[in-house]
Amino acid sequence: MAEFTLPANSRISSGKRHKDPSNGRLRSVKVYRWDPDSGENPRLDTYEVDMDACGPMVLDVLIRIKNNIDSTLTFRRSCREGICGSCAMNINGINTLACTQSAVEIDGDINIYPLPHMSVIKDLVPDLNNFYAQYASIKPWLQSDSPAPDRERLQSEQDRSKLDGLYECILCACCSTSCPSYWWNSDKYLGPAALLQANRWIADSRDDSTGERLDELDDAFKLYRCHTIMNCTNACPKGLNPAKAISDIKKTIISRK
Amino acid sequence: MNLRNPLAKVKGLGASGEGSHHWWLQRVTAIALVPLSLWFVFSIINHIGNSHQEVTTWIAQPSVALLLILYLGFMFYHAQLGIQVVIEDYVHTEWVKVVSLLLVKGIVLVAGLASILSVLRLAL
Repeated sequence: MAEFTLPANSRISSGKRHKDPSNGRLRSVKVYRWDPDSGENPRLDTYEVDMDACGPMVLDVLIRIKNNIDSTLTFRRSCREGICGSCAMNINGINTLACTQSAVEIDGDINIYPLPHMSVIKDLVPDLNNFYAQYASIKPWLQSDSPAPDRERLQSEQDRSKLDGLYECILCACCSTSCPSYWWNSDKYLGPAALLQANRWIADSRDDSTGERLDELDDAFKLYRCHTIMNCTNACPKGLNPAKAISDIKKTIISRK
Repeated sequence: MNLRNPLAKVKGLGASGEGSHHWWLQRVTAIALVPLSLWFVFSIINHIGNSHQEVTTWIAQPSVALLLILYLGFMFYHAQLGIQVVIEDYVHTEWVKVVSLLLVKGIVLVAGLASILSVLRLAL
């Protein structure tokens, strides 16, 4: 049956308060905390962060907390400029990158949770194994039966422009984890991120396994769980349009009937 | 504990090759239903207050009977396609899913045939 009860560790208790040792302009930041080793339910810790001592982005706030207030806080980050996709998390109800989300522009408290509906490894770190496997399953590499040329494979400017809006995806998982259809059926539905990437290879003029790629997607669950909810397009921190990519795949599949 | 690797789990049993047909039929029936539903609703409003005799005579006209049968066919078929998607989305226990899908298809088939037969009986 449909499940109406919450799974284990879903009830969040109010947690501890931590104060920044320095005394500048203090700001309340609430962060989801869960430690698998403690055996306890998750809690929402409140940090009073000195905004005069830290940078303007949400990631700067988290780094300030980890370095100066509470070193046990766990999160992923790397490039701090929106190109690696590591620091994707749910900030005030919106999936986005902590490094490109301005903390200064948020009114009131900042609430930070891990990406929704994913298994949590610790604190703000979700388990992305299934997500990456879905990406691998669409074979994200050039497949061609023609022999490799001595130089690069040529592509007209017009054909190259078909990849714009697709190749920029950084696989941060903001889109897939904002999709209700992905929440209910992520075991079978590939999700907007993997499907946008699938279209990136379907649309590539140098790839000649388009037919096989479309065969692989013609499935009630892998592709057609998309009900055009468009949360993916709203969420994408790179301004891409996974919903359009998915509808392009659907149109391509129909065009060969 | 599941030791199967994530890629094997995602690949599962492979693509069924059937999703696009369902999706396409859902769109086609939806578009067909736009004019048919408008016609149906306006006709019903037109017959408010009419006697049983007047309504059955109206239905018995060949053009009206044909439009009604088309409307009922598309409507029940579209409803079945839609309910199927809802069940597949939300019901995750395999046997409950299979039983409810079969039940819905059965009920829609019986209701659809019964209503089309009623129109035919008035028309023929």
